Amino acid sequence: MITAAFEYYRPASLDEALRLLGGRDDAKILAGGHSLIPMMKLRLAEPAALIDIAAIPDLGRIDFDGKRFRIGALVTHATLAANRDLEKNAPALWDAANHIGDPQVRNRGTIGGSASHGDPSADYPSVLLALGATLSLAGKSGSRDVGADAFFRGMFDTALAPGEILTTVSFDAAPASAYAKYQHPASGYAMVGVAANLRLNGGTVGEARIAVTGVGDSAFRAGNVEKALAGARAGDADAIKKACSNAASGVDARSDSQASGTYRAAMADVYAARAVSAAAARG
Amino acid sequence: MSTIPSMIGSPIRRREDPRLITGRATYVDDVKMVGTVYAAFVRSPYGHAKVRSVDVSAAKERPGVVAAYAAADLIAAGLNVSIPVAADLPGLKKPAHPPLAIDEVRFVGEPVAVVVANTPYAARDAVEAVAVEYDQLEAAIDLEKAAAGPPYVHEDLGTNVAFVMPVKTGDPEAAFAEADVVVKERIVNQRLIPCPMEPRSMLAHWDTGAAHLTLWTSTQIPHLLRTNLALLLGLGEIKVRVIAPEVGGGFGAKLNLYGEEIVVSWLSTQLGRPVKYIETRSENFAAMTHGRDQIQYIEVGAKKDGTITGLRMKIFANLGAYHQLLTPGIPTFTPLMSPGCYKLTGFDCEVTGVFTNTMATDAYRGAGRPEATFMIERAIDLVALELGLDPVDVRRKNFIGSGEFPFTTITGLTYDSGNYAASLDKALELVDYKGLRAKQEELRKQGRYLGIGFSTYVEVCGMGPSAAMPAPGWDSAQVRVEPTGSVTVMTGISPHGQGEETTFAQIVSAELGVPIDSVSVIHGDTDKVQYGVGTFGSRGTAVGGAALKLAIDSIQAKAVKIAAHQWEANPDDVEYKDGKITVKGDPSKSMTTAEVGFTAFRGVGLPPGLEPGLDATRRFEPPNFVYPFGAHVCVVEVDADTGEAKIVRYIAVDDCGRVINPLIVDGQIHGGLAQGIAQALYEEAVYDENGQLVSGTFMDYAMPRAHQLLAFETDRTTTPSPVNPLGVKGVGEAGTIGSTPAVVNAVMDALAPFGVKNIDMPLRPEKLWKAMHANSNGKVNE
Repeated sequence: MITAAFEYYRPASLDEALRLLGGRDDAKILAGGHSLIPMMKLRLAEPAALIDIAAIPDLGRIDFDGKRFRIGALVTHATLAANRDLEKNAPALWDAANHIGDPQVRNRGTIGGSASHGDPSADYPSVLLALGATLSLAGKSGSRDVGADAFFRGMFDTALAPGEILTTVSFDAAPASAYAKYQHPASGYAMVGVAANLRLNGGTVGEARIAVTGVGDSAFRAGNVEKALAGARAGDADAIKKACSNAASGVDARSDSQASGTYRAAMADVYAARAVSAAAARG
Repeated sequence: MSTIPSMIGSPIRRREDPRLITGRATYVDDVKMVGTVYAAFVRSPYGHAKVRSVDVSAAKERPGVVAAYAAADLIAAGLNVSIPVAADLPGLKKPAHPPLAIDEVRFVGEPVAVVVANTPYAARDAVEAVAVEYDQLEAAIDLEKAAAGPPYVHEDLGTNVAFVMPVKTGDPEAAFAEADVVVKERIVNQRLIPCPMEPRSMLAHWDTGAAHLTLWTSTQIPHLLRTNLALLLGLGEIKVRVIAPEVGGGFGAKLNLYGEEIVVSWLSTQLGRPVKYIETRSENFAAMTHGRDQIQYIEVGAKKDGTITGLRMKIFANLGAYHQLLTPGIPTFTPLMSPGCYKLTGFDCEVTGVFTNTMATDAYRGAGRPEATFMIERAIDLVALELGLDPVDVRRKNFIGSGEFPFTTITGLTYDSGNYAASLDKALELVDYKGLRAKQEELRKQGRYLGIGFSTYVEVCGMGPSAAMPAPGWDSAQVRVEPTGSVTVMTGISPHGQGEETTFAQIVSAELGVPIDSVSVIHGDTDKVQYGVGTFGSRGTAVGGAALKLAIDSIQAKAVKIAAHQWEANPDDVEYKDGKITVKGDPSKSMTTAEVGFTAFRGVGLPPGLEPGLDATRRFEPPNFVYPFGAHVCVVEVDADTGEAKIVRYIAVDDCGRVINPLIVDGQIHGGLAQGIAQALYEEAVYDENGQLVSGTFMDYAMPRAHQLLAFETDRTTTPSPVNPLGVKGVGEAGTIGSTPAVVNAVMDALAPFGVKNIDMPLRPEKLWKAMHANSNGKVNE
């Protein structure tokens, strides 16, 4: 597996990275490289230049003030998977980080790289949707914030404009959250992945944010499930199961050699119920 | 046989492992030579197409490119060869198989041109500069349709059928006449891709001064490869040296001679420079041999009490587009082993080998026997289901009895030794069969679906008697006692993960009484080691180890003569005992192998007429194959919501005869189980109707990772083989052969409440989910 030739840059600051990126339209940002490099090896991607952002200070930080998380784009899956604050206060993301790839992938892959890539089977997009995360995008003329709902636009398509770099992902604590993943037996990506983030009022669901990955062209919110869950008793498995039916309604579910669209859509219901039950149990 | 002290049977850690797991082993790609250039192949993107033109001129102009050739250039330069096929059958069609396609491509990945450059990068870039014009043709992909008619893979043959082999023995008509029921099924044994960790790798070095070729290649058969390569290149055999350094897995797929090996060797002779080619993973998926791929229509006759009377089979075997070394020979094992461990009175089978526009199939861990075992072990369960009998009872009813060995089967094989009931009894005890059935009943009431599946397999290995093989079946060993008493073993087998560097050292240590660390086992280099046949068909210890035992016997016989002379004793009164040479009944007289070895080296004090030196080269010609067997029990739970089959317990009781190293035997079983379970649940090579390999990456081809498997429970019985002086049977393939039907039988047992009898492998969750959620119209209930 041999890539085409490319130039390699390793800027020491965000400004320098933006300057390099802004000057050309044939460059790609390199973070952990666990999506981009395999595509380059298969020659599905042939960027003329890679701008490695590993040396930029502060992009590898996790800040938690007791209420809100701010996670740098270069934070690896392994770092997230080992973070106690996250485990306690936003366990959906912690679940996802723990189930990405294998130890080698988790040691290299980053949350920013994964989110920017926009893979329709990646784990994080559904979690970031359920958490209502904000993604900060740095550009030549400053930084702008985009909500996850607007960020994930389609297959390998995000709100990142040419010349922009994702720097930070931030979201409020979500202790009653969970991510349930049905792993694709070959790729290890989510064949179906569902993130649930509940606000519980006593024993009942107040508000629910449910998002599904692996099924459509992009991760999506399961609006009908969110509505149906409101008022459900957190411990009532049957009620949760019922509320989680048709989670993928209106979505054109993808097929591959491992699972048809019909099956994926049906599994979205099963995994939605599993994610919601797990989230409710944490509340 | 002399007494073998406790070194035999000890779980000694593999001496190979430290270098392997710390990344210090030398694979082909680790061999560096100054001046090396790198080859890359242009491969067909079509399953079937006419090649109108191949233009390498632009590739030659690219920076760093040294040379580029199309098929016509090779032929013009004198390399006009066909990749050899060693297996033969009456009436077998053998279409030409040039290393670069000439005017037609017949599978995706078939090489059409080769470029050579100063770096692998320049070579890869130059591939894209080769212009090939294709006219796409209709592809023959579906096995049964290809058997029935056009399109033809080789138009000039006027058929896709390469051979038809009938095997009719006993009295099938009478056998079916006395049957109370006849169970029919269509059994699919899907195509698999071997996926070794190391892809095909080669480095050829033509020494222009010596006019001598060295080929480092990732192979299981260095000597056979040298002989064939020398013939193809028109070089004297002594002008070719083949070295198999560390080989990162073969599984049968490196028991071959590939066109790339011919081309890369030839390129080095033309360019006078070392030429390296390390294929990519994508190329490995597409262009290294695949395994299995049979469709079997079976009819099993049985009496009400479960007695199996007869078996009829019509087998379609997918050969792919061309023959590789053993392609047509592999499916011929299937009918021979189809009776399994059971007695039948009638057998009627026909095997049809079929060309399709796919990569060639060839040996893959089990090679023709998993297809037999899967079929017969599924058939037993289908008979049990039909008759309402316990599958365990049906197995027992039909077992060849422990007192009946050697037993000649209805297909003419002579099983060497066995005790099938003993391994089954042990497995039943380990799994607590009665308790498990009760638990299954209880869980079903809760809507949980537990299944228990059996496989009582027997397989044929230790390949094999020369008369029954397409190549020599013997193997060789040379044992040299060095002047300081250390021992060098040259073995003709070519281990690539089987651990014989350890087991052979154990045998030497035990027999000659030398410390194991004083024993070196050398293999895989045709200029160092005497001719040997290689490692495949679970033959390493059963044939190569037996040759080693013979060489040790010769050493011992000579050592006894020397010691007797020293003591002025009658050689008949001197013996090897517990690793020392002693006079019978006089423990005060004792010499070590090292002491005798030094005397033999020094050449002083030897009996008159006896040559100096203490070494021996011996060959073992196996009088028969060996037949390992065992009983596997798989317990699964199928998730009703998702259809996922989760294996909750796996018990493997295997009998491979005498065990030299139980740790290595368990390791072989574990790896074998992983591959066998993989076939049952996960893996499938898929071509679309145009011949595109849909499952051509690990993103699509579901080779399981460790977390998709479980902690296996292994145990064994020990029934020595009378075939070789060690009493051993092979164990390299047994786990794979035995496990696949146990898993499928377990899942079918779990789904019995849904009226499910048979689902084709791999048992992907969606298939099971559909079976569990189908209403009477076959539609899925939401």
